[in-house]
Amino acid sequence: MAEGDFEIPWSPYIYRESNRYYASVVGVVDVKNGTFTVIPLKGSKYWPRVGDTVLGMVEEIELYGWTVDIRAPYPAYLPASSLLNRPVTAGEDLRRYLDVGDYIVAKVEVFDRTTNPILAVRGSDTGKVTDGTVVSISPSKASRLIGRNRSLLNTLVSMTGCHLMVYPNGMIHMRCPSSAQEEAIKGAISLIEIEQESHISDLTEKVRRFIASKLGEANVSSSAEA
Amino acid sequence: MSVTSDRLQTIVSNVKKASILKALERGVRLDNRKPDEYRPLSITLGYAKKADGSALVKLGDTMVLAGTKLEMDEPFPDTPNQGNLMVNVELLPLAYETFEPGPPDENAIELARVVDRSLRDSKAVDLSKLVIIPGKKVWSLWVDVYVLDFAGNVMDASTIAAVAAIYNTKLPKVEVNGEEVKVLTERTDVTPLAYPVVTLTAAKIGNFVVIDPNLEEESIADAKLSISYTPDMRIVGIQKSLGGAMKLEEIPQIEEVTRKAASRLFSELKNTFGIA
Amino acid sequence: MLAAQQRPRLIDERGLRTDGRRPDELRPIRIELGVLKNADGSAIFEMGNTKVIAAVYGPKEMHPRHMALPDRTVLRVRYHMTPFSTDERKNPAPSRREIELSKVIREALESAILTELFPRATIDVFMEVLQADAGTRLVSLMAASMALADAGIPMRDLIAGVAVGKADGVLVLDLNEAEDMWGGADMPIAMMPSLNKVVLFQLNGTMTPEELRQALELAKKGIAEIYQLEKKAIKEKFVEVS
Repeated sequence: MAEGDFEIPWSPYIYRESNRYYASVVGVVDVKNGTFTVIPLKGSKYWPRVGDTVLGMVEEIELYGWTVDIRAPYPAYLPASSLLNRPVTAGEDLRRYLDVGDYIVAKVEVFDRTTNPILAVRGSDTGKVTDGTVVSISPSKASRLIGRNRSLLNTLVSMTGCHLMVYPNGMIHMRCPSSAQEEAIKGAISLIEIEQESHISDLTEKVRRFIASKLGEANVSSSAEA
Repeated sequence: MSVTSDRLQTIVSNVKKASILKALERGVRLDNRKPDEYRPLSITLGYAKKADGSALVKLGDTMVLAGTKLEMDEPFPDTPNQGNLMVNVELLPLAYETFEPGPPDENAIELARVVDRSLRDSKAVDLSKLVIIPGKKVWSLWVDVYVLDFAGNVMDASTIAAVAAIYNTKLPKVEVNGEEVKVLTERTDVTPLAYPVVTLTAAKIGNFVVIDPNLEEESIADAKLSISYTPDMRIVGIQKSLGGAMKLEEIPQIEEVTRKAASRLFSELKNTFGIA
Repeated sequence: MLAAQQRPRLIDERGLRTDGRRPDELRPIRIELGVLKNADGSAIFEMGNTKVIAAVYGPKEMHPRHMALPDRTVLRVRYHMTPFSTDERKNPAPSRREIELSKVIREALESAILTELFPRATIDVFMEVLQADAGTRLVSLMAASMALADAGIPMRDLIAGVAVGKADGVLVLDLNEAEDMWGGADMPIAMMPSLNKVVLFQLNGTMTPEELRQALELAKKGIAEIYQLEKKAIKEKFVEVS
């Protein structure tokens, strides 16, 4: 992929042998500002990054917190004190706040080689998910949706009038005005998932045509953003 | 299922690792051997008195006892003029602190199959010599190799032990009356071994290659390459093991070193132990 | 039980092999990725009549925890032949051969997968031989390599491998069943071609040291060809060459 001596942030998708750099996964090489990174094209696992906000599902209730599935190779842990903003009282029933099967949006606070990811609920963009619908795509597709080129994401939002939150771990939370729009956007997301296409512009066009056919041109919302 | 395991649980300290590498830079090993030298070898033939043939082999601290047993059998339908050879290797719980009792694991099976292939593919064991009545009665030669002390390179030691035990085996005298075979107590002086076979294992440690790795060297090695030879220097088996990779060009280089060591080992087997 | 067979002629007057190939010709290859829904990655790899399906699960947390390794991933690798994959029914219980090959294949994958990236986790690799016609360990290893790429698991390189043998004294590339059974040598070798590194290497049969060097050269050429097809399959999800 490259030869020489570069200062690049560590990535599981690039490895180095003497002065040569190799991609370790099937992906797209993104070159900018004299540095480069690899965006993976395949893979259903999310590699946790400290600072990411992710959406996960509660798997287990522990003594002082919850085990959350964030679609990573390791299960994440959310301390109850983080959600409740106070220490936990002994014998408290944590199910009142978050039960198995609930969705929670949280920040990845800690993650290194010695520990599983630890989550924190901090800020208005985190917390329990109480409405709308959650679907999933592969994390690699999700990062491309929320990457530099937002045209695809904007098309989904503007054509359906749905409120859409795409998380880097491949989870998507949507709130749509009606079921017709929700079906249309779910279909479009399936299309994006199967699509081998690496050119976003072609994919955007395909999605545009799909949603138009589903909703009928007349019913497509104008770009009023909720 | 094969599972990555740390079954040896030998943690060679980083300091030790560094000193092994430093020594190799100067062309020596921590036990004062040169990179192409194998450890002191001792062979005691006939060690297990009830076996048909046996040998106790010590290669450095590694100790292996092999015994043979002959059984009269019918030949396999597709090889009516051949006897049978079966090789089994066991890594006894005696041999290492973390070895557990149980059926042979993948390491023991790999050892057995590599030794078997060396003996079979080289025709070092002449299966046609094991025929009593063609198509009806043959000898089955069971070779059981028991590793008693696991101290590095049990592969080469096991091959030597198997070869020596077979060399030590003399076929019993038989009386054939039509279809009846009577096995007598006297022995012939016929051994099933046509000629010896040796296996030389090279371990790759960083950029260095050492022959006959001891336990520490084996624990830090990236990869091992075991090559088997006949006395006329035909290659009769190769097995790469351990989870590291080696450059393609390194293979012929390593083969040169193993071949020279094999030549020395054959001389020692012949001159010191009479095995030829 | 097979009746005692007459040893056939492996190379004819025109220098061609029992299946009409030249000594340096590969069998037809077919590769397909993403064939299973549940697995994180999967692939079917065919070379001639040898056909293997591989599935990968992971990386995921290791259970039981005490078997996990603190600094790398544990690979759990299983090579297995279906009972109907061979001429005579093969007993489904794992044979010693399958146990040895599972180990040899796992060690090959250990060199390629960046196992330092996922400490305390495990990656499961399962290979089933659906049709066996020589070269099953290599086709299985390559199917596994494609399945790992399909799962997006970081690796140093794809793995490509081929078996070189001796048929009537002639070195031949990509053994077929007859050459495997009656030939003088069988040398399976697999590499990470971009790095020029060997990850699997065995020999049974006999070769002179000179033949070994020639065989390695022949293998290198075959591996380079297969590698190109593998890269194409990754891009297109499917590739077939007859």
